[in-house]
Amino acid sequence: MKILIVDDFSTMRRIIKNLLRDLGFTNTDEADDGNTALPMLKSGKYDFLVTDWNMPGMSGFDLLKAVRADDSLKTLPVLMVTAEAKRDQIVAAAQAGVNGYVVKPFTAAVLKEKIEKIFERIQ
Amino acid sequence: MDRMSDNNKIHRGLEPEVTEKLRHQAAELNQSIESGDYARAMVLINELGEVRDQSLYREVGRLTRTLHESIRNFQIDPRSAEQKEVLSMMTDASDRLAYVVQMTGQAANRTMDLVEESMPVANAVRDEASALREEWQRLRRREMQPAEFRELYGRIDDFFVSLTKDADTIYSSLSEILLAQDFQDLTGQVIQRVTTLVKDVEEQMLSLVVMASHVDQLTGTVHQIDSEEVSAEQGVGPQMKAEEREDVVSGQNDVDDLLSSLGF
Repeated sequence: MKILIVDDFSTMRRIIKNLLRDLGFTNTDEADDGNTALPMLKSGKYDFLVTDWNMPGMSGFDLLKAVRADDSLKTLPVLMVTAEAKRDQIVAAAQAGVNGYVVKPFTAAVLKEKIEKIFERIQ
Repeated sequence: MDRMSDNNKIHRGLEPEVTEKLRHQAAELNQSIESGDYARAMVLINELGEVRDQSLYREVGRLTRTLHESIRNFQIDPRSAEQKEVLSMMTDASDRLAYVVQMTGQAANRTMDLVEESMPVANAVRDEASALREEWQRLRRREMQPAEFRELYGRIDDFFVSLTKDADTIYSSLSEILLAQDFQDLTGQVIQRVTTLVKDVEEQMLSLVVMASHVDQLTGTVHQIDSEEVSAEQGVGPQMKAEEREDVVSGQNDVDDLLSSLGF
């Protein structure tokens, strides 16, 4: 299971990386915005994408739309972990095809629950 | 209603000597027109305009001074020579906020370094303790050969030694994590200063808007103000006072409810 973590803050990437490791996912890479993430996703054979929303360059929402529009990536499970809390935004993310939405600040238990739920659905 | 409250603000904005002068000159103007002295009336109209301009300039001057002072007073109290040196290099609010980002980032990374160092130590202690416990149970069930017992004896001895050392390591990491939180004191001060500056500027801006509306009223200017819709697509960051707002979720439970109502 290879996972890409996208967040503009290195501290948040590190927290998510640690939590994923505790859940048994040790194969993770990091990117700091959509522009860096997209080429990695296209060439890197990732199984799962965890992304923030608000980032300089390409936002996580645009990244989600780009992933869904790409034939080789459109089935990639995407979990959004973000401080964006407007109802309209959550609805927009759902319509754009997000698989899970975790609002910051979050707990390890919530992240675990959402990831497990996504994998249950896929299997 | 709005007009009335605007009028009140205008009266509060003008100084008594100015209003006195206006009243005096207006009466004189009225008199000159009544008596057909138009040349004198024209002079008076010019003077009236000057009174208006001068009170405006005075207000603008006062605002500029106050803004300037707010910015100059925006200094933190450094308590040590080292702090003084660091803080004297920062002269504006954005530098200060960048300093907050840097300090909080450093503290977060220091904390995570220590946590990442301690986790394997705690894991090793746990693994050795549970392995020893299994051996211990075998001994209690009298399933152990004398040679095995001698080995266990030594292993328990080693475990006690390493347990003391590992507990010390974890304890010192924890107290360093505690110390890494000292950024809160400095960043708290910086943020409070920035907040005060923003509030001051906000108040001055408000007075400026009130003054500008005064000028608009005198000159009969009407502004077309278009409210701009900010797109949330690029992301707008954390929301304040989420509990009081309808358009914002106040936590993960709200998110889950919303998504399940959409059939998720």
